[in-house]
Amino acid sequence: MKDEINSALSFREEASTIDVVPGKSLLSVKHVSKAFDDQWVLDNVSLDVEVGKTQVILGPSGSGKSTLLRCMNLLEPIDAGAIWFSGQEISAQLDRAHLVRRELSMVFQHFELFPHLNALENIMLAPTRIKGMSRVEAREKAMVLLEKVRIADKASLYPDQLSGGQQQRVAIARALAMEPKVMLFDEPTSALDPEMVKEVLDVMTSLSEAGMTSVVVTHEMAFAREAAQRVVFMEQGRIVEDVDKDAFFSGNVGERAQLFMSNML
Amino acid sequence: MSDALSIIAGYLVSWTFFEAALMTLALTLLAMLFGMLLGIIFALIQESRIKTLRGVVLIYLWLFRGTPVLLQIIFVFNVLPVFGIVLSGFVSGVIALSLNQGAYMTEIFRSGLQAVGKQQRIAGSALGMKQSQVMRFVVLPQALRIVVPPTGNQFMGMLKESALVSVIAVQELLLVADQTASANFRYLEALSTAAIYYLALTTIFMVIQTYIERWLAPRKHGAKVSWTQRLLRMTAQPRSSQ
Ligand SMILES: Nc1ncnc2c1ncn2[C@@H]1O[C@H](COP(=O)(O)OP(=O)(O)O)[C@@H](O)[C@H]1O
Ligand SMILES: [Mg+2]
Repeated sequence: MKDEINSALSFREEASTIDVVPGKSLLSVKHVSKAFDDQWVLDNVSLDVEVGKTQVILGPSGSGKSTLLRCMNLLEPIDAGAIWFSGQEISAQLDRAHLVRRELSMVFQHFELFPHLNALENIMLAPTRIKGMSRVEAREKAMVLLEKVRIADKASLYPDQLSGGQQQRVAIARALAMEPKVMLFDEPTSALDPEMVKEVLDVMTSLSEAGMTSVVVTHEMAFAREAAQRVVFMEQGRIVEDVDKDAFFSGNVGERAQLFMSNML
Repeated sequence: MSDALSIIAGYLVSWTFFEAALMTLALTLLAMLFGMLLGIIFALIQESRIKTLRGVVLIYLWLFRGTPVLLQIIFVFNVLPVFGIVLSGFVSGVIALSLNQGAYMTEIFRSGLQAVGKQQRIAGSALGMKQSQVMRFVVLPQALRIVVPPTGNQFMGMLKESALVSVIAVQELLLVADQTASANFRYLEALSTAAIYYLALTTIFMVIQTYIERWLAPRKHGAKVSWTQRLLRMTAQPRSSQ
């Protein structure tokens, strides 16, 4: 346990010398390919995520967006290429994958809160159990996070007592509790009733504005317009567009992306 | 009739019956303890990626679920001595019942583990947990809640099933009742006494199970399962008796 904490810390120290450089790519996907059962799901995908920026990934269902996110934090092994994070080739050190994932938090479409723990305990679990933070400190930090996602009054409720929007905000707080360098969102509002989408997007927007490096798979164009700096468009496992937000929304994109956009509106 | 009642009362407080009840309780608790240990180990093996071990567990399940528990008891008691392993009736009984119970507990624990979805495990991994930590902090706490009710049923089943070791002369409730009755032909009294002891024990188990379930789900006030349902559950056939 001790060693683990130490190596996690040293990982952060090594990292911190590199990731403070502004404009520098914090997370890079380099020529990554990935197959499921002989079917290429990612085909030579390259992507750079810059510090403090929000990168939105658009694309039709089945185009490989979720797979790309899961490859980024090493939940899926890749078949070719490399993933770099903070100047290290993390895809070459799979035995340290769990340490890397403490720096790259993930938010899921279906929230995936732990049903046996209440909101506060969901947030405290990882900091106390795997980071070795004291319960007192973890509780304090968790409460601050719950304030941040505007749900502090629900701290003692269990997931099945919360609405979808509330659960997703707790899930965001849980991800933030590990003090990650990057937040990965996989369609965080797709499973929500329409009236709850805004409360979650608002939290994500304020995170982006506060400079949290984020990769967001979403179909919410309004969010992309408001919060993103860059927009990526994927189709059939390939990145078709990777442009500045303004270029994307001024229609400065290829025909496939335009077709997709017109179907979205 | 008052004659019978006073004889029963006498039996109930007699050392002979009390000792027999303790024997039944000891058989039950030991067989369940070892059965649960085997169950959790074998369930984790079945969830693992080690093919050969999984095969071994499969054969074990096949053997112990596919043959009568009575045969298993007599087998351990009578066949092991042929290989030079001589065990007392009590030890033989505990071994046979534990091995049999282990097969059923493996299934119960495995369904508990499988009830915790893949996405929950991924969520744990995504927070930076190692596989063992995902198991410990995410999967097992949820699986535990799921396995408590069926495990409670197995406890009650085992209490009744333990009577089978009377065939290898272990002095448990049924055998003692039978011996007492055959000495004076007062079957009603002796068997009623045994029945009262069995009922007392199963009722205690039922109450303990209820408290464990409530303790595991402290926020859910009031028993979700009514006492009537619990009684019905208690009287259901144990899964392992043939
Ligand atoms: N675990 C898996 N096993 C097999 N095929 C998968 C798996 N996960 C995803 N796929 C396939 O990979 C393709 C891309 O899936 P996904 O990354 O989920 O797309 P998106 O998130 O863009 O909808 C789909 O064809 C899907 O069926
Ligand atoms: Mg997806």
